[in-house]
Amino acid sequence: MEMLELQNLHKTFNPGTVNEKVALNGVSLKMEAGDFATIVGSNGAGKSTLFNAITGGFIADEGSIELGGQDITFAPEFERSRVIGHLFQDPLKGTAPNMTIEENLALAYLRAGTAPHAIFSRISRKDKELFREKLALLDMGLEDRMKQPVGLLSGGQRQALTLLMATLVTPKLLLLDEHTAALDPATAEKVLELTKSIVAEKKITCLMVTHNMHQALELGNRTLMMDAGRIVFDVKGEERRKMTVDDLLEKFRENAGKALDNDRILLSKVEKNN
Amino acid sequence: MLASIFSLNVIQTALELGCIYALVALALFLSYSILNIADLSTDGCFTLGCAVACQVALTGHPFLALVAAMAAGVCSGFVTAFLQTRLGVESIMAGIIVNTGLYTINLAVMGFSSTLSLVKTDTVFSLAKTALAFTGGWYKLMLTAAVIALACVGMVGFLGTRLGLSIRATGDNAAMVRASSINPAFTITVGLCISGALTALSGGLLAQYQKSSDINVGTGMVTIALASLIIGETLVGKRTMVRRVLGVVFGSCLYRFIVAVALRFNVPAAAMKLVSALIVAIAISMPAIQNRLAFEKRKRAAQKKEAV
Repeated sequence: MEMLELQNLHKTFNPGTVNEKVALNGVSLKMEAGDFATIVGSNGAGKSTLFNAITGGFIADEGSIELGGQDITFAPEFERSRVIGHLFQDPLKGTAPNMTIEENLALAYLRAGTAPHAIFSRISRKDKELFREKLALLDMGLEDRMKQPVGLLSGGQRQALTLLMATLVTPKLLLLDEHTAALDPATAEKVLELTKSIVAEKKITCLMVTHNMHQALELGNRTLMMDAGRIVFDVKGEERRKMTVDDLLEKFRENAGKALDNDRILLSKVEKNN
Repeated sequence: MLASIFSLNVIQTALELGCIYALVALALFLSYSILNIADLSTDGCFTLGCAVACQVALTGHPFLALVAAMAAGVCSGFVTAFLQTRLGVESIMAGIIVNTGLYTINLAVMGFSSTLSLVKTDTVFSLAKTALAFTGGWYKLMLTAAVIALACVGMVGFLGTRLGLSIRATGDNAAMVRASSINPAFTITVGLCISGALTALSGGLLAQYQKSSDINVGTGMVTIALASLIIGETLVGKRTMVRRVLGVVFGSCLYRFIVAVALRFNVPAAAMKLVSALIVAIAISMPAIQNRLAFEKRKRAAQKKEAV
């Protein structure tokens, strides 16, 4: 079953001015339910713009978006976020710092949208038990700090909490925009492991931007490459399994028709070789 | 001299007014501290509450007058919210626009007269005098304290509901709110409507307390309410919601007390706006001044050490 279908998405920022920027130049993509695709591409290739088009941060100039069989092309952002989880590189973006862990989770749980979660209801004991149970899975000791404001947590803890909030009510689509890039290596590894296990357990359809070529091939079942607002390469199955980091870089040159301009991609290649 | 400053009468009046004005401070607590919006329509909204309450009280319905004032406040808050959430007006501009427009509306409500008198009419206070006769001279304080207590309990309770949490998150991290399937336009609208209702209720109570309404009664109200809010946050702290709300009431009463003392020292009534502006400026700049002093102290200590 198809979960996500993007058809010919176009977006130009500041059209008709000197700052005109074609951010999306005809992106079409079909994702099966349970697909986990990684996305690579140089800075400005349109990866984050694509995510924002899907979540409704702006409405695309052209094209359509279907999620779970429903056309959401013109749905407002807050409506889409009922079924789309979105994690950013900045771990501070996904949580409210002056509210407690419990209160943050309660907000995320609003997406469940059923009667007991009516707007005038308060956090029940049952909710608290559920939150405690889910927090324990993070293995960060957060289940004993539920009354503390989120602002006191470290970046890694906040990102893990954001991941938990985004998946507390299973979303139809999870968008991960380099969500471990700002964390220290050990924490990044931990958050990545959590991501893998949650996505696999709940069979969430997932798109993940990464600058780590190794991760791009290792994680998920499909790899996409973007350049100049288009998807220039799409690989899965046997062909993907056989692929090495060098092959992927070679593909990039072939498709984009230019050398890589991204230091981080080059660096991640060096790290791999070491 | 001191005895006359701290006379029971002065304290009692300060507490009565403190409780009435605490409603405006509570309104700003919601819009400014919680929603992080500088809502400058407060002055006009307060006068609107005064004017509406006066007109309705004149028809012989002092309690209905308070309800009507709150309804008018909700409308004012709704317009301010509509301007910023739907029409893309900056929040500060939205408040200024509404405030300006309200001046004419307030005049119209008052029948194009700049004052209204309730001297010959029943007010909630004249009714309370009979109903609460057993309290002696304390009936005004009983009534105003009951109103503010109700408002505080309501506020703390409301902020613990899912809608209340959503409103708090809107001021804390708007991006996160959109990602949690909450419509920030909705939470801002609800927040500003409640804030408007509280402001206008305060105006309505004050009109009946003073038995009059004046077109300029609300001038500077936003500064006074901010002063109360910040005094409360500085002195009572802002760790828990209950503390923060109690701090607002405490700050408002303390502010009224400072004003009463200033008046006792024969500071002319016309200078009171300057006094309140000074109090706000000092209260807000306190942390910066403390930091500066600590820095200078640290620097002097280091220089002293070097000299030795």
